[in-house]
Amino acid sequence: MNGGHDLGGMHGLGPIAPEAEKDEPVFHGTWEKRVFAMTMATGFLRTWNLDESRHARERQHPADYMRNSYYENWLRGLEMLLVEKGLVTAEELERGAADPSAGASAVVPLQAGDVETTLLKGGPTDMEIDQHPRFHTGDKVRVVNINPTGHTRLPRYARGKQGVVRNHCGAHVFPDRRALGSREGEHLYSVCFSATELWGERLNSDFKVHIDLWEPYLAAE
Amino acid sequence: MTEHSHDHTEPPSDLVLKVKALESLLVEKGLVDPAALDALIDTYENKVGPRNGAEVVARAWSDPEYRVWLLEDATAAIASMGFVGRQGEHMTAVENTAQVHNLVVCTLCSCYPWTVLGLPPVWYKSAPYRSRAVSDPRGVLAEFGTELADSVEIQVWDSTSEMRYMVVPERPAGTDGWLIDELIPLVSRNAMIGVEKARTPGSSVDP
Repeated sequence: MNGGHDLGGMHGLGPIAPEAEKDEPVFHGTWEKRVFAMTMATGFLRTWNLDESRHARERQHPADYMRNSYYENWLRGLEMLLVEKGLVTAEELERGAADPSAGASAVVPLQAGDVETTLLKGGPTDMEIDQHPRFHTGDKVRVVNINPTGHTRLPRYARGKQGVVRNHCGAHVFPDRRALGSREGEHLYSVCFSATELWGERLNSDFKVHIDLWEPYLAAE
Repeated sequence: MTEHSHDHTEPPSDLVLKVKALESLLVEKGLVDPAALDALIDTYENKVGPRNGAEVVARAWSDPEYRVWLLEDATAAIASMGFVGRQGEHMTAVENTAQVHNLVVCTLCSCYPWTVLGLPPVWYKSAPYRSRAVSDPRGVLAEFGTELADSVEIQVWDSTSEMRYMVVPERPAGTDGWLIDELIPLVSRNAMIGVEKARTPGSSVDP
């Protein structure tokens, strides 16, 4: 979707103003830690996947997404998923207490003793699929101009642009469909674009941008 | 806490209360175990961080065979050092040279190689960096005090898939014969994102 999260190329967002690396804490405040950990822990319930989680954050009003701090967006996405997936009701969320009539949850929460092995296992997205890749290293491709209203990992600034395939990364789970709950593989490519192609003729065009793009995002040129 | 010029240093108390209420609700509903939350936080505060990536880079600087392996199959080369798991399942390492400078961003969210760098800094996840890294990388680098010769080509990597990118910075001059343990402190997190160069001998290497 063309939401507030798709930021590549926007202007007017101010200076980066990085904190000094040596002074920067991993979390700024206890609430950030708890939002991070609750999001991770509930993600391991397997009630939703990573792309559904991303899409929940993206579905906020763009003004809210951009005004919120990072972990506020995580909190908002978590609240949306908890209610939409039926793990808590909107009323429970509002009251901050469980509805005694709701009954016990059937899911088993992530246990402290399983955290390390669960994190080490990760969640690989590569898949074997029957189709052969349509594109190969060196192929010229053009990104299709699509504007899906659902989740996509095709940034707006790349749409309609011509690039060159740097390499084929194998087949990976296609996020546009995974956000709808379906695990299907599509070939994934690293595609290289010139700055001039992306942003037009101007000063400081001496750079390239590499974007990872799935086959349905690409057409032969 | 130290002072920060941006991004919600003092969270509104209603936000703090809301997060506490949500946790107690999730615990009551049996959806999270508070001890597991503590373990998740401890992992990324104390165990997994940019020291991992610095070990990878220092080894690549010291061991030509490892460097080739890292650039050809980063997932396997990094896994061989024990750095595996969440948000590092599929790795690519890109090398800075005298001719090429690499820079990593995620314009759509905050994708970042957790296994080697830990959790991303605030600025990496924020709109100013995400908007401009792909459209004005030289301007972005200048904000970090990083000046490159005009002849250096910048390669930006937008992490739109589950591929995770780390930069192997150029080995600083004056480090010939240095041991891996001496090289590690030169490899800053920011150098492995690509917004800075590796530290030079004699510069501040406070942890």
